[in-house]
Amino acid sequence: MTAETDQQRRGAADAAPLSPRPGSDGAGATDAAELTRRDGTRPEDDRPVGHDGHPGHGSPEPRRRRLPRIGVAQPLGIGVVTLWLSVIVLLPLAALTAASFGEGLSGLWDAVTAPSAIAALWVTVLVSAIVAVVNAVLGTLVAWVLVRDEFPGKRVVNALIDLPFALPTIVASIVLLSLYGPNSPIGLQLNATRWGLVVALLFVTLPFVVRSVQPVLIEADREVEEAAASLGASNWTTFRRIVLPTLAPAILGGTGLAFARAIGEYGSVVLIGGDIPRETQVASQYIQQQIEIDRPLNAAAVSVALLAIAFLTLLLLRVLSSRTQRREERDV
Amino acid sequence: MITVTSARKNYGSFAALDDVSLDIPSGSLTALLGPSGSGKSTLLRSIAGLEGLDSGTVTIQGRDVTNEPPQRRGIGFVFQHYAAFKHMTVRDNVAFGLTIRKRPKAETDKKVDELLEIVGLEGFRHRYPAQLSGGQRQRMALARALAVDPQVLLLDEPFGALDAKVRTDLRQWLRRLHDEVHVTTVLVTHDQEEALDVADRIAVLNKGQIEQVGDPVTLYERPANDFVMGFLGSVARLGGQLVRPHDIALERDRTTALANDAKVPDSPGVIDAVVERVVPLGFEVRVDLRADSGERFAAQITRRDAAELQLREGETIHARAIGRSSVVDVDPALAI
Repeated sequence: MTAETDQQRRGAADAAPLSPRPGSDGAGATDAAELTRRDGTRPEDDRPVGHDGHPGHGSPEPRRRRLPRIGVAQPLGIGVVTLWLSVIVLLPLAALTAASFGEGLSGLWDAVTAPSAIAALWVTVLVSAIVAVVNAVLGTLVAWVLVRDEFPGKRVVNALIDLPFALPTIVASIVLLSLYGPNSPIGLQLNATRWGLVVALLFVTLPFVVRSVQPVLIEADREVEEAAASLGASNWTTFRRIVLPTLAPAILGGTGLAFARAIGEYGSVVLIGGDIPRETQVASQYIQQQIEIDRPLNAAAVSVALLAIAFLTLLLLRVLSSRTQRREERDV
Repeated sequence: MITVTSARKNYGSFAALDDVSLDIPSGSLTALLGPSGSGKSTLLRSIAGLEGLDSGTVTIQGRDVTNEPPQRRGIGFVFQHYAAFKHMTVRDNVAFGLTIRKRPKAETDKKVDELLEIVGLEGFRHRYPAQLSGGQRQRMALARALAVDPQVLLLDEPFGALDAKVRTDLRQWLRRLHDEVHVTTVLVTHDQEEALDVADRIAVLNKGQIEQVGDPVTLYERPANDFVMGFLGSVARLGGQLVRPHDIALERDRTTALANDAKVPDSPGVIDAVVERVVPLGFEVRVDLRADSGERFAAQITRRDAAELQLREGETIHARAIGRSSVVDVDPALAI
């Protein structure tokens, strides 16, 4: 904690030359305007100050030109972004949430806690959690091999990673069905089992961890690993104690995205899953079913539950990764 | 004692090390000096085991380590860009080598405290590397390397990423540290001043080969060839010879110049030159000159001599080399 205070103190000292120096009243006013301007938030404020300072001039003083600040969004940019996010994300989500409250909070609660709804949500979360964990391990391994190892056809493999994600999910489902379906050429029948769900979700979530870990691994400082080796650390120790902590935020981020994607997946599980209630019916299929039997309220309620799970997952990951990153990014 | 014998290393068709043999005595502080691409870093990394040799051997304290991985060579290595473990505190960084050896915590703590005191980071134990300045990070890296009691300490351009003031401070500090700790140390640098300042032995490398090994004074005063002479210290080219700028005397009177020159054996003779610029550099004055042949060179004379000579730009003066100690004939093939 003392370190942090020191850091802040140093920051304050560095900033000191920027603060207005005490001078005559007039100079003080200009400095204050300067400060606001540097802030960039209230660009118009220096105008009245300047005029008040020199009331005698007949013609308005030529306004000092403001240099455009590099890399800062102008109000127009911020406006467009806000509007876009509202129309595309926030409004639909708000509409859904409102619809789910159609019969009040108790109605929403009853719809979510109905046994078949609970079962569907449970299957979804369980399978997605397995998928997320497998992805965290194997995605990292794939990224590692793609970055660190040289082998023929590496570029092809690298390009292939995105294919499951780019493929229409229903196509993915048919692909998997042709291999693991009733007429499986390898005698492996995963149709209508939870393992079928796992395989389908692993298929579509493959790129998430790989693609988030890859750039971090490319940027990683190899000298740090050499330093660990020179200190006597075995390759495994170096990986566990030096490399893994560096990759952790990326792995967590990728895993979170894979999990969030898995809980909402529909297309790839619709054929291989079999849609057996309480067994392989996932939340998205339950929602579809409720719509078909004209229970939009139930559908909306479970949708909101999924929304909440996804949101909490992403929030949790953000907190976790910012905690690990904070101390490293506090660069001097 | 580190012994490198007939080391070769190629990167494709580029020979980074071309039959290099070198002895580094125990307890010495040896600098590997050379321009970039001369193979000095490759040589250091080969000693560390971070780079494998195509052929040749490396022994450390009599033990052949050519085929040993870096983990088993008993080395400490310090990198130019610190290679700090960013997610660990200063304490954990320094303790790393001991922690992975599963030493008792009390022993580790004692060692870490000792080392942090030596490198002057006692108060920074709980900080993260990002909260340290470059100089502090490098001192932490040194403490970390020393924690495992290495037989040799290998430093790869350790001050290269620091600004000039910190760099000179830190190399003085390294020199004092070496006098205290006495661990055999090899330092890679491209900065001749740094090598002259800290090392008691210097090996000059060029194009994958060792040009000369010796103590700083020998290398400066009796360079084996014009590459060594040109790389260690500044040189002026005077009538087909390389001369240190401070070994050039300027005289107004040609007859006196000739008479004085006659006392110096094998001198390049008296060169008539036009004064182009007189630059006061504190206690010395640099005089930029242009010989009749069109060749430009600089002489470094004392303030007093400059005051006596009253040099004005555009006038002609007579230059001659004093003493033979640092004069090397220019090899036409290697002309700088």
